[in-house]
Amino acid sequence: MRDVAVVSFAQSKHVRRLPGLNEVEMLMPVLGEVRDKIGITQDRIGFTCSGSSDYLAGQAFSFVMTLDGVGAWPPIVESHVEMDGAWALYEAWVKLQIGEIDTALVYSYSKSSPGELRDVLTRQLDPYYVAPLWPDSVSLAALQARALLDAGLATERDFAEIARRNRTDASANPHAQLKGSRDTNDLLNDPYIVAPLRRHACPPISDGAAAVVLAAGDAARALSERPAWIRGIDHRIETHAFGARNLTESPSTRIAGDRAGVARGKIDVAELHAPFASQEGILKRALGLSETVAINPSGGPLAANPMMAAGLIRIGEAAERIRRGEADRAVAHATSGHCLQQNLVCVLEGD
Amino acid sequence: MGRITALEGIEPVRSVKTPARLEYNFTAGLATSRFLKGISRKKILGERCGAEGKVYVPPRGSDPVLGRPTTEQVEVSQRGTVTSFCVVNLQFYGQGMEVPYVCGLILLDGADLPLMGLIQEIPYDQVRMGLRVEARWVDDAALKPTLASIRYFKPSGEADAPYESYREHV
Amino acid sequence: MAKQRVAVVGIGQTKHDSIRKDVSMAGLVREAALRALADAEMDWKDIDAVVIGKAPDFFEGVMMPEGYLADALGAVGKPMLRVHTAGSVGGSTALVAASLVQAGVHERVLTVAFEKQSESEAMWALSLPIPFQPPLVAGAGGYFAPHIRSYIRRSGAPDHIGMLVALKDRRNGCKNPYAHLQEHDITLEKVRDSIMLWDPIRYSETCPSSDGACAMVLGSEKVGDAATKRPAWVRGTAMRSEPTMFAGRDQVSPQGGRDCAADVYRQAGIRSPRREIDVVEMYVPFSWFEPMWLENLGFAEVGAGWKLTEAGVTAMDGDLPVNCSGGVLCSNPIGASGMLRFAEAAMQIRGQAGEHQIDGARVALGHAYGGGSQFFAMWVVGAEKP
Repeated sequence: MRDVAVVSFAQSKHVRRLPGLNEVEMLMPVLGEVRDKIGITQDRIGFTCSGSSDYLAGQAFSFVMTLDGVGAWPPIVESHVEMDGAWALYEAWVKLQIGEIDTALVYSYSKSSPGELRDVLTRQLDPYYVAPLWPDSVSLAALQARALLDAGLATERDFAEIARRNRTDASANPHAQLKGSRDTNDLLNDPYIVAPLRRHACPPISDGAAAVVLAAGDAARALSERPAWIRGIDHRIETHAFGARNLTESPSTRIAGDRAGVARGKIDVAELHAPFASQEGILKRALGLSETVAINPSGGPLAANPMMAAGLIRIGEAAERIRRGEADRAVAHATSGHCLQQNLVCVLEGD
Repeated sequence: MGRITALEGIEPVRSVKTPARLEYNFTAGLATSRFLKGISRKKILGERCGAEGKVYVPPRGSDPVLGRPTTEQVEVSQRGTVTSFCVVNLQFYGQGMEVPYVCGLILLDGADLPLMGLIQEIPYDQVRMGLRVEARWVDDAALKPTLASIRYFKPSGEADAPYESYREHV
Repeated sequence: MAKQRVAVVGIGQTKHDSIRKDVSMAGLVREAALRALADAEMDWKDIDAVVIGKAPDFFEGVMMPEGYLADALGAVGKPMLRVHTAGSVGGSTALVAASLVQAGVHERVLTVAFEKQSESEAMWALSLPIPFQPPLVAGAGGYFAPHIRSYIRRSGAPDHIGMLVALKDRRNGCKNPYAHLQEHDITLEKVRDSIMLWDPIRYSETCPSSDGACAMVLGSEKVGDAATKRPAWVRGTAMRSEPTMFAGRDQVSPQGGRDCAADVYRQAGIRSPRREIDVVEMYVPFSWFEPMWLENLGFAEVGAGWKLTEAGVTAMDGDLPVNCSGGVLCSNPIGASGMLRFAEAAMQIRGQAGEHQIDGARVALGHAYGGGSQFFAMWVVGAEKP
């Protein structure tokens, strides 16, 4: 396997509603920053890959318009996934493994503000049996949370404490949307949005973008003093049928974690893409993370959840901690689909 | 797998009609907003990246070659040359126009690439490359920040532009 | 690990049709996937990863439908990727799948591309109002027609060239049992007399809207060597993108297409495409794209593509047969169309094209494009290993 590292990461300041800017204008500064930070220009990038969703943008072929923000001239080698940018990063990592290019640019973004996110996400379901019932994303997450409570694997207090911890940690993150939290008891007095989930257990709705530059071998060393090396990366998908899954577990995360080699060394930091507080525990167990692991020092998706970018941001945030020397070994996780149907795990290490 | 006797003889369900409706509030973006404000004042404003940049009309927020935001506004002429066109003879949902109609690529004087516009006040089979056209607006009282404020482009009466003058845009 | 060889060891496609009432989306993709697996003499469990591609989700009214299709494609417990690069997506999906094998990440990858556009309304999805613009462009044809007019002007091509392409491709489609349009009594007169949709494009020169799927099993060199049927070896893969609109853009023969072709030919060791390539499957959704792509792909000099068409060079009995399958003009499930080009090219190499087989085809080009002629994906496949 070729040594590939994250050498640069940039993200926007995530907000509920980005006033006045369209997706291209939101994305351009992030692309400029991720390249400028390491002094690389688009013509030196070997492969570009992005992740986004038409249904969030409310336009077919929406990713085409944001290509205008990249500077794709002369023509570039470029591809796109209709998935979170974490999977675009995976595609770029594969391309780097082939050995013909040394650098890749990965970006992803969305504005959830144009549509009603909970309604939009009902379209991400089996169209014959499930979608006609219009179960929204919060209700489905609540089903999973209920399963955890019934199995005795978590309590509502756990959810509140996780929310409090994430958002408090987010105070140190200049890009986070929600910073700071009331205390746990206070949170538990709030009404349910969809029982057993209270508002604090749900992610915010965010507009935002993120970008990563990957580089291989010597190119990585030339671009970063302490590259965050990708030592393992894998992803798996589970059945779509909620009834056929044990919602209290995440076997796809466990398999991906095994394949990525999470257990091969001590983990300092884990950035977990758990949009709902109830999901953090599931992922922690699936990855076998001990109590000493710092989880979501960035504040995680509970502090900022730009759809299609939140997974890529987990990888970026974990990588930054390594690059800054704050951690030696980290796990980053990304999820897609309701109730953690599909999961990607990435293990990063510093020299 | 057994058979469900209670369903025997019943016509199988072969399709399910599930109406879905989603509402979106689109943000024009800074560049488009500036452009549309100009439209509401009966001006056609392109944008470019610095004084040496290419003039984009309508501006979409970036110079796509550079991947940088356009920073300067440039008013372009309301007249231009048809560099190509097609005659649309197909009805479709949400169109709101009678067929056949001519959809043209119009290079406004001062712009560096053509924009798409409806061409009217000329029989459709007389529209040609090189035709000189000018914008026909809605009445002043009806001006709004939308491209629909330009009703269409009509022949300006000038002689056709020589092929050499727009050849690189064909 | 150096770049690994890739073998196409299984190919399958559905019968393409305007409405496949008889299958759900899951049924549609499984029809193609099961045929590809059977062709590869494999079972679902032999597959390491699934790469699926399709065009905008508005065509089916389902957001990210691959989540729902994971079960139907035997992907549970496996890696699954969903590619979307507009019209070229079928091609780029195959390229992403190929890269998994080239990188040595997987040995056997199932790649599927589909569109079930009858579920939603394709014309509507293609003409979704772009905010702040009046809806002028009536679908893809309305976008491309002015550029086709530009080609005709630049090249001086006579008016009937487009009709020749439509006639050829529709007749070829009759030799392809999977093709959507089976126009056994098509004539040049019928093409000429069909209604003008976006002058200069007539109804008969326009691709249909189809439900359909295509699937391939791509394997490593070891898998290719062990296959009982002859594999098609991937000899070159390339993709290029350029912005939709910029000052000075050549929309008739985009630089991205030329660069992509040059790259794939270089990889495949091809110096003279016209002489060295035996058969071509190119993405021609509107008839005039054949002469335009012949030039863009270097088969003809600039301005002379139409002459190859007119002289019958691109007919099945010509020396550069193009779109023996009937091409996009006969079947256009948008998400699958690019992969069908790649698959049909591979079928020619493997001798599987039945009535539309070109005997002795040893090098074939698969070509796909998308967006405003801005996304290109191509592969060269051959009977010999690279």
